[in-house]
Amino acid sequence: MLRDMTLGQYYPANSVIHRLDPRVKLAGTLVFIISLFAFRSAEAYVAATLALVAVIRISKVPPKFMMRGLKSIIMLLMITVVFNLFLIRGTVVVRIWKLTITKEGIETAVFMAIRLIYLIVGSSIMTLTTTPNNLTDGLEKALRPLNKIRVPVHDIAMMMSIALRFIPILMEETDKIMKAQMARGADFESGNLIQRAKNMVPLLVPLFISAFRRANDLAMAMEARGYRGGEGRTKMKPLVYAHRDRMAYLVMLAYLLVMFGANRIGFAARIFGLS
Amino acid sequence: MSIKIEHLNYVYSEGTAFEKHALRDVNLELPDGQFIGVIGHTGSGKSTLIQHLNGLLKGTSGAVYYNGRNIYEEGYNKKELRSKVGLVFQYPEYQLFEVDVFSDVCYGPKNLGLPADVTEARAREALRLVGLKEKHWKKSPFELSGGQKRRAAIAGILAMEPDVLVLDEPTAGLDPKGRDDILDQIQRLHDERHITVILVSHSMEDIARYVERIIVMNRGQVMFDDTPREVFDHYRELEQIGLAAPQVTYLMHDLAARGWQADVDATTVEEAAASILKCLGR
Amino acid sequence: MSIIRGRKLSYEYQRLDEEGNPESTIRAVDGVDLDVQEGDFVAILGHNGSGKSTLAKHINAILVPTEGTLYVDGKDTRDESQIWEIRQTAGMVFQNPDNQIIGTIVDEDVGFGPENMGMPSEAIWKRVEESLKAVGMWEYRAHSPNKLSGGQKQRVAIAGVVAMRPKCIVLDEPTAMLDPNGRKEVVRTVQELNRKEHVTVLLITHYMEEVIEADKVIVMDQGKVVMQGTPKEIFSHVEELKARRLDVPQATLVAYELQKKGLPLPDGILSMAELADELEKLRGQRG
Repeated sequence: MLRDMTLGQYYPANSVIHRLDPRVKLAGTLVFIISLFAFRSAEAYVAATLALVAVIRISKVPPKFMMRGLKSIIMLLMITVVFNLFLIRGTVVVRIWKLTITKEGIETAVFMAIRLIYLIVGSSIMTLTTTPNNLTDGLEKALRPLNKIRVPVHDIAMMMSIALRFIPILMEETDKIMKAQMARGADFESGNLIQRAKNMVPLLVPLFISAFRRANDLAMAMEARGYRGGEGRTKMKPLVYAHRDRMAYLVMLAYLLVMFGANRIGFAARIFGLS
Repeated sequence: MSIKIEHLNYVYSEGTAFEKHALRDVNLELPDGQFIGVIGHTGSGKSTLIQHLNGLLKGTSGAVYYNGRNIYEEGYNKKELRSKVGLVFQYPEYQLFEVDVFSDVCYGPKNLGLPADVTEARAREALRLVGLKEKHWKKSPFELSGGQKRRAAIAGILAMEPDVLVLDEPTAGLDPKGRDDILDQIQRLHDERHITVILVSHSMEDIARYVERIIVMNRGQVMFDDTPREVFDHYRELEQIGLAAPQVTYLMHDLAARGWQADVDATTVEEAAASILKCLGR
Repeated sequence: MSIIRGRKLSYEYQRLDEEGNPESTIRAVDGVDLDVQEGDFVAILGHNGSGKSTLAKHINAILVPTEGTLYVDGKDTRDESQIWEIRQTAGMVFQNPDNQIIGTIVDEDVGFGPENMGMPSEAIWKRVEESLKAVGMWEYRAHSPNKLSGGQKQRVAIAGVVAMRPKCIVLDEPTAMLDPNGRKEVVRTVQELNRKEHVTVLLITHYMEEVIEADKVIVMDQGKVVMQGTPKEIFSHVEELKARRLDVPQATLVAYELQKKGLPLPDGILSMAELADELEKLRGQRG
């Protein structure tokens, strides 16, 4: 059922990661992702793993919630691994019929898999510890300089947070309309592609109408509560860097340095033939 | 010809943090031609229950028999079942999608694979049954008033000629006259066509006025299943689960406490008035 | 002093045909004179399409009269420069609880109005706390609105309006989509705001039981105010209300049935307790 899908996947807990400024978390995620692609030695990955495990522990979010995000990319992961495994040439380790698995293939496949998994887990930490509104607030403030080149940052952020609020409602609505049409003998599962697309009309038309009706109501409710765009608006929860946020930036810097160092060790080791 | 429910259980989102036991060991027999009311506070399982009657939800365990056949059997024709057990959801007008009312009502019978002339004949009949005047038939559903839209949506189910009509709060959001009109229409349908009507409602007054049997749901279980007089006799227990008796029942209890020979089982305005008059020797 | 004062207020709009040409003119509100005293609890009754929602939207300046005038706390709603002050003076709660909650967390939603007013953060927090406590939803401040019941959602919406400290709150069928318990929750909340905080309340509803304790009832039909008075006065006219697609409370209905059968009961009985007392008197007279 559609209702089982969770989009805003915030996991409430009382941790320092939860309390961090969303801009710090955005920056941290970015730093982590960049580090995964910039540094590729085994030593650097050990450092990255340690950092990741540490952050997960501090965040108090059960690891199984992190893993949930992986489910959606499992196919992509398999394809990546299989391609790398069989298509990269080099020292042959195993030969199955016409396919060969090489040492380099295994290495690349493992690295690619780790990179993808860390990427997803890393960004899940951000979404799991930050409320969607907080996240859009962070984006709004981080991107504020774009206002100067006439990007309507406030409006985009407002749209994003409204979308986040209404996605679960519209999902439930989809479920309801689908059932209501099925009660009238609708069939959303069989038939060829064109037939199926046609069968969706009784679902999509009411859904669109409902979305417009809701948008209309919401716009009126917002106006009634004095909304007139971002100008002159204050924030109930303004983003102000606290001591912990500055510390977090330092931790990020330290992490980058460690990664850099670890990478150099790995690099040096390879050059001197120690590996 | 009947619906029979045996040991029906339904668990939402089994195995996740959101797991919820929505129905617990429900056993019911719904014979033909009854006018049944289903009450229970929000989340009591009544909406889940009615979605099992036409197979939209499948029980986690247990069975539902329609005319003696288990609907969970391999190869059971669910589409036909849904035409026989018509389910009108809450705010059914939100499902209207066609360019005009008439085509929308045709949607159900068309899905059953009926020929065009039969489909149209049924649509005309259904629209007449709900009392929607012919001048509205070719209008867009969005040009109708709230009450008219609601009727058009109900006609969409009736056009499939169900033997059982299940309505989930058909009067929600309507004005008082609109509420009475819809319920009277349903009553007439029940009397003329002898179809089974299952009415889910929050209004104890409406339930008391129209139905002959009440099923009370609480925490996924059937708590009471009896005539209105018997069920509302348990008004204290009903209050504990967030329900109540019709207001006149309270009046009768009040009078009885003051030493009147009042009929404490009266559930409708007429019954209450008759009993009071009798007490006063009129 | 009248906080809301309407004179010959009319609102017309054009219905367009498929090509976008005006097809017909609809007069949704037709020459209404409206006076609401500060601190009053006023209920507006009327069937669907009677113009009561259109009238309500004028008080918040979402709509402005096409003819006549409407003053809210002395401000003309047609004066665009005062529109934000008017919206702050007269808050509005709508029918569908889902479509008026903007925040993804309860406290963020309640803070939305004060944020728009440009208040400093600490002051917003104070208001949010006060308002959520006033509607009894303070414990739910960190919840997602999606997980609340309908009645709870409406109380959050009311808190969102209260946080702007309006003198007057207009509620447009706030209970239409709720179950009986949710309805009671909301009505009780509104009554308390009226009694304790002296907020003027305009409640639009289809449920006669919610009107019994109002100071004044206004009945609308075809865009006009057709009846005005105390609940007792209004509900004395059972037949007229029925003719206007409305209803009366159950107690009134029983009393009316008994009157028809010749019992000399007074008009305008509103509650079962009142009816029982009156019946007791009658029995006393006999025995």
